[in-house]
Amino acid sequence: MRLMIPLAITFIAGMIMILNFFIPHQPFAFLGDNLQEWYMIVASGAIFLGAANLMHVHIRKIRLRLKNWEYSPVTIIGFLVMVVTGLVYGVTENRPFDYLFMNMVAPMGATMFSLLAFFVASAAFRAFRASNWRATLLLTSAFLVMLGQVPIGAMIWDKIPLAKVWLMSIPNTAGQRAVMIGAAMGVVSTSLRMIFGIERSYLGGAD
Amino acid sequence: MNWDMVGIWLGALTTLFLYSFLYRDNPFYKFAEHLFVGMSAGYWLIYSVFNVLIPNWWDRMLPEGGGFQWVWLIPGVFAVFMLARMVPKIAGLSRFALAMIVGTGAGLNMVTFFQSNALAQVKGTIFSVATGGVWSVFSSLVLVVGVVSGLVYFFFSKAHTGMTGRTASVGITILMVAFGASFGYTIMARISLLVGRVTFLLEDWLPTIPRLFGIGG
Repeated sequence: MRLMIPLAITFIAGMIMILNFFIPHQPFAFLGDNLQEWYMIVASGAIFLGAANLMHVHIRKIRLRLKNWEYSPVTIIGFLVMVVTGLVYGVTENRPFDYLFMNMVAPMGATMFSLLAFFVASAAFRAFRASNWRATLLLTSAFLVMLGQVPIGAMIWDKIPLAKVWLMSIPNTAGQRAVMIGAAMGVVSTSLRMIFGIERSYLGGAD
Repeated sequence: MNWDMVGIWLGALTTLFLYSFLYRDNPFYKFAEHLFVGMSAGYWLIYSVFNVLIPNWWDRMLPEGGGFQWVWLIPGVFAVFMLARMVPKIAGLSRFALAMIVGTGAGLNMVTFFQSNALAQVKGTIFSVATGGVWSVFSSLVLVVGVVSGLVYFFFSKAHTGMTGRTASVGITILMVAFGASFGYTIMARISLLVGRVTFLLEDWLPTIPRLFGIGG
């Protein structure tokens, strides 16, 4: 019974969405549209769960004096500052919440992602060393795309930007399409397994 | 207080703290990292309250014209069930919420993914066969052969020997070129973010230092 009700909910919700797609008339259209909106609302509960868990983890870290516990108050204060400014002053432009986002969250996000430029480049250099002709092909393709993106590429040879466009629109599209079609097949089969209750690991095991 | 100046300094200090990781892991980096995690979590929580919950749930449950639309209580109760995971005694209730999300997501993704990522891509490949010049025909051929051989490479129900093996080998080659191109593109996107941060430090933050200490005009 502990599993039967959740499995029934999954089946009914999944079937309503599929039927809504193939039979876009009443009552499936009404049920499907409402379910999509409910989905958004219930999924936002997951954000609350994540936030509560983040606080739980850091409070526990401070209480037990675990490794690097000294930084946990920084996370908690950062979280509370954003939540309080958002709830008290609202989220419209030029309010404290927007000010903190524009001057702290956005710059830190951009910096974090730009840090990846260094690490991805150095990791790739070690991983994709031109050990065989295919790895050399990968490196050459990456090098041409990078060179084609910047003005120096056209200064070296005016055909490099054209080569970059061709690489991105033909071989890259072909490879990405093969991956996308394969992944779509995987999504279809996994979704069917979930809807029919064969795959139930998301409920915490097969018990 | 000049809040613009404070904002520039906050952005610059956190940027420098995070870049200090390029030397080695250090307390400044850890401070900024923890601050980023906390502030991002707070940002997304508030974003979801004001952009999802209030317009899509609260305003519909209690519309301006008055009255209480009880049917909107159902998703609210399911959302609360999600939080039950934090309380071991009633953690089982979160399965109902998860089941609803997984079921709806699976049904929705199954049809939309199949339509956009499978059928539309197959159609795009078939209709890519060009009638232009030699180069255009060659490109179309590379595209079609690339997609088909790439799919053969991902097909593991048949051993990759003989004709299948040779086709899969062409598939790997196309995939290597594709991954190289995607990799180069990703690196350049990150580099562009890096250029943005360095420009901010040089053009926005650096000129504020003399102003802060009253040096120069």
